[in-house]
Amino acid sequence: MVNVTINNRQVEVEEGSTILEAARKLNIEIPTLCFLKGINEVGDCRMCVVEVEGMRGMTPACITKVRDGMVVHTATPKVLEARSVVLDLILSNHDRKCLTCTRNGNCELQRLAQEFNVDEIEFDGERVEKKIDDLSPSIVRDNNKCILCRRCVAACKNVQGIGAIDCAGRGFSSSISTYKDLSLNDVNCTFCGQCIEACPVGALKEKDSTKDVWKALRDEDKYVVVQTAPAVRVGLGEEFGMEIGTNVAGKMVTALRLLGFDKVFDTNTGADFTIVEEGTEFIERATNGGTLPMITSCSPGWVRYMELNYPELIPHLSTCKSPHQMFGAIVKSWYAEKMGIDPSKIYMVSVMPCIAKKFERTRDDMQGTGFDDVDAVITTRELARMIKQAHIEFTGLEDSGFDDPMGEATGAAAIFGTTGGVMEAALRTVAEKVTGKTFDKLDYEAVRGEQGIKRASINLDGKEVKVVVASGLKNAQTILEEIKAGKADYQFVEIMACPGGCVMGGGQPIRSSKDRATIDIRSKRAGALYTIDEASTLRKSHENPVLQAIYKDYLGEAGGHKAHELLHTSYVAREKYKLED
Amino acid sequence: MKSLEEIKKIREEKRAELDLRVNTASNSREKHILVCHGTGCTSSKSPKIIENLRRIIEEKNVENVRVVQTGCFGLCAKGPIVIIRPEDVFYSLVKPEDAEEIIEKHIIGGEIVERLLCKDVDNSVVKKLDDLSFYKKQKRIALKNCGVIDPENIDEYIAFDGYKALEKVLFEMSPDDVIKTITDSGLRGRGGAGFPTGKKWEFTKIAEGDQKYVVCNADEGDPGAFMDRSILEGDPHCVVEAMMIAGYTIGANKGYIYVRAEYPIAVHRFQIAIDQAREYGILGENIWGSGFSFDLEIRLGAGAFVCGEETALLESIEGRRGQPRLKPPFPANAGLFQKPTLINNVETYANITKIILNGADWYASIGTEGSKGTKVFALGGNVVNTGLVEVPMGTTLREIVFDIGGGIPNGRKFKAAQTGGPSGGCITEENIDTPIDYESLKAIGSMMGSGGLIVMDDSKCMVNLAKFYLGFTVDESCGKCTPCRVGTKRLLEILERITEGKGEEGDIEKLEKLSRNIKNASVCGLGQTAPNPVESTIKFFRHEYEEHIKEGKCRAGECKALMNLWIDPEKCKGCGLCKRNCPANCITGEVKQPHVIDTSKCIKCGTCITKCPFHAISNK
Repeated sequence: MVNVTINNRQVEVEEGSTILEAARKLNIEIPTLCFLKGINEVGDCRMCVVEVEGMRGMTPACITKVRDGMVVHTATPKVLEARSVVLDLILSNHDRKCLTCTRNGNCELQRLAQEFNVDEIEFDGERVEKKIDDLSPSIVRDNNKCILCRRCVAACKNVQGIGAIDCAGRGFSSSISTYKDLSLNDVNCTFCGQCIEACPVGALKEKDSTKDVWKALRDEDKYVVVQTAPAVRVGLGEEFGMEIGTNVAGKMVTALRLLGFDKVFDTNTGADFTIVEEGTEFIERATNGGTLPMITSCSPGWVRYMELNYPELIPHLSTCKSPHQMFGAIVKSWYAEKMGIDPSKIYMVSVMPCIAKKFERTRDDMQGTGFDDVDAVITTRELARMIKQAHIEFTGLEDSGFDDPMGEATGAAAIFGTTGGVMEAALRTVAEKVTGKTFDKLDYEAVRGEQGIKRASINLDGKEVKVVVASGLKNAQTILEEIKAGKADYQFVEIMACPGGCVMGGGQPIRSSKDRATIDIRSKRAGALYTIDEASTLRKSHENPVLQAIYKDYLGEAGGHKAHELLHTSYVAREKYKLED
Repeated sequence: MKSLEEIKKIREEKRAELDLRVNTASNSREKHILVCHGTGCTSSKSPKIIENLRRIIEEKNVENVRVVQTGCFGLCAKGPIVIIRPEDVFYSLVKPEDAEEIIEKHIIGGEIVERLLCKDVDNSVVKKLDDLSFYKKQKRIALKNCGVIDPENIDEYIAFDGYKALEKVLFEMSPDDVIKTITDSGLRGRGGAGFPTGKKWEFTKIAEGDQKYVVCNADEGDPGAFMDRSILEGDPHCVVEAMMIAGYTIGANKGYIYVRAEYPIAVHRFQIAIDQAREYGILGENIWGSGFSFDLEIRLGAGAFVCGEETALLESIEGRRGQPRLKPPFPANAGLFQKPTLINNVETYANITKIILNGADWYASIGTEGSKGTKVFALGGNVVNTGLVEVPMGTTLREIVFDIGGGIPNGRKFKAAQTGGPSGGCITEENIDTPIDYESLKAIGSMMGSGGLIVMDDSKCMVNLAKFYLGFTVDESCGKCTPCRVGTKRLLEILERITEGKGEEGDIEKLEKLSRNIKNASVCGLGQTAPNPVESTIKFFRHEYEEHIKEGKCRAGECKALMNLWIDPEKCKGCGLCKRNCPANCITGEVKQPHVIDTSKCIKCGTCITKCPFHAISNK
């Protein structure tokens, strides 16, 4: 432990702490902008400069480590002037179109401008108009708002190991760019959206689909069905100021009805389908000498990563569609038939914690019924925006339940939203299918938790199954390299593109740098999912009565012909860079 | 591979053979024609001179004469330079077609080619290099071999005590002895900041690490500076040897020299030096059986100014975008590949061998209290003798500009000199007698810098000067931190506005506020010093800023938008030259009557000023 004096107050902090951390312990606020704990620790923006006695010039509090006896001043007139000039300079090169920005109200720059009482830009000057990249189905990149903090670059390169974006050019001409400034659509971007989560301003955002959904809702000819992914219900509340990790499923369903959706279904039902299909596929591969290890395919960012970087390993990928695509296919086939609705009139909306799902929807071989399985994907954030737009007082809503018959889901499906959840759900089903027995112990602790790579050996009635769970694409790369090198001694792998799984997906509420440094957001959101699981009466996917009925009356065998037609898909090798001839 | 004994033998034999290079009293029958092959003379066709000389010697079958390409002699204004040894005859402004006459008349006929002799500032014709006022106050330590040896020939380097310091260090000195010698010598970093070299070596020596590195910063990037370039071009082995001594001292077996690719001659010669040193077994494993191993590699830089900042340089060597790192940790503890690393610039290394051989006391006897030894300057701008000069620390700016530099040409007045390039500040008439050393320059608001020294006469506008340097910094900012990336651009924009006559009340205060905060908040030395030219010109020439803003006037006449051309009727003889040459047809007047400019039509091109034989036209 070391003793530090900040603004004449003493504090004892652990060795290796930064000035910022020490100051926070004293409730002394130091503004930051480029800092993102564990991801972007570079001290570039200079918003957090402080004076340290005995040190020349000013130093950034976010990355300067404390020394015993260090004397720090965080709010001298000199420091305050430097920060306000820095902020002024950033604003002078920013488009300042707050009113029409998706981050209005949740923008770190806007907040600083407010805190610093900015009423004019003192050092205004040239600002180069930059072109907006909105060609991809998932991400819009608007460099006119970019403040070059490089949090996105760090998330893409350091966390995900992709490096689709980096800083190009020098000095005032610096910009965050892709290879040859191509659209994100034409480079090795996986659409995981971690860059959006990292962005303090509105330079990166999801491709908006709310307008399409509003249009469908207004169209009397359309039968608009909505489904919501497990992670959405534990994230949405944050957009309305609720505690992180609050399960707002009931209010969410009520809000969706108020928005005018004809049916409000639960993607969790789709997740149960995925488990049954994936479990069957795994057993089939394991018993008939199929390609192992088998890797899950519910995370479209991950699937795209595989197609871009390891096309030779595609046979390892489960052919199962992700839950919401399966669900869309079931709604447009079995449900449409049962209810006597023309499937061409059904408009299927998925509410997802994910922006890669927007891309996934547009993939080939995602039209199980001949129609698109899903017609629009909106993120948790977009749903919140729609609710606000409709002036629904979310926090005061009554709870209500999903519509029958496809509102029924198991606890196994709920935990899909966190890393290890798909594996755990699959093991619950596989264990019983393989052994023919019923198990009471359902918690597979070994695959839970925050580590990027978890390895476990599961004993299924004397049979050893080795599994790996990885989240974050950098960790996925480690696993793929093992498989490629023939060093994989495991049979079943779960991979999620986003570190921590869907609860931390690129479509989830964006938390500030300070929240990310001081709150364990992942645990709180994931914890809420585990609570849902524990409270469920049904906790194994194959026990879902709706599923059982649909298989019996309509699909036939799991993994059978019809199931394949509707619930499975195929993959393609993708070029990393699409250059014009 | 050569043993130490063989090296010693080469030294002895070669030294005798090359005695005529440094001894005017030599009775050698041979003559050496030294031709400058530095960058300046090379671009004025010195390679062609060498080619012609050699061809004519062969054609005429002249014996006992050798043509030698050397590094820079220093007096670039008079290049290409050819010197005949041992008699030390100094030919200037030589053209390739002069080769024949030099051979015919001088070498064969024994007669001096008078027309090629150099005219000194006082118009006297000077025969010998040493008689030129340009050289009189100089002391060549770092440049000792430049202009003496053929930089592409290791034997010539060995002849003049080359690799003798290395031998002394390896067999007679412990690393601590070396550090003590360097520390006692008082040598400070010549890259600009002036950090005590001995201390830097000591920090790197005591830093713990399984691998250490020695790095040479040859990323000289100040506009107008060519000190390091000239050393590498003229005496590359002295840097190789010094880096080896540094490696032995700090415990490194690997060195990198980071040179900008736009210095092709320096790169070429340094590579030759490395190759020759390897061939002789001077670089390699277990050198001369000492147990010390060392090897050296060149890393080319793409010409980014910021890569002269030591941590950005390390990033670049490692293959990343050249951007500075946060300090601490300093390179001495976590440098190249995060290993303890010693970084010095070329000129610093160029002093090392001499200090080792002549002793700390000798070196410490040169210079001032806090700044020992000499400093090399690239003297440029409005001065008669532009070129490369090396002077003892403590020499005044007046001595450099007037005694060595020969003063201001075209009868104009000295206005200011800029040291430290874009990171430095200007020195005005009132401070011209300040002795040049690290502290004194800092005290008057400038800095030593790496050695760029630009002299300005009264035709230079100081606002425009600040604009020029800021334009450079804006181009060279890496873009990493906000104050430098956006702040320097905003400074430039304000300066542009002022020089375009669009300055506003409050602009000076804006410049001051912005400068202060860019300095305080930037990550690296580039940003921290970028506002210096603005601050120093405001400090010394605030009235010029005010004139631009309030009166719309540029007294130097450099800011075109503010030009207000006027013909002095007292001086005008009515010759009509201005009228005939005016592209805007805005000058009127009868023959032999004073002419008048219609300022509403004037495009301020300045043609009339240059055409007027009576200096009657000026900026009002």
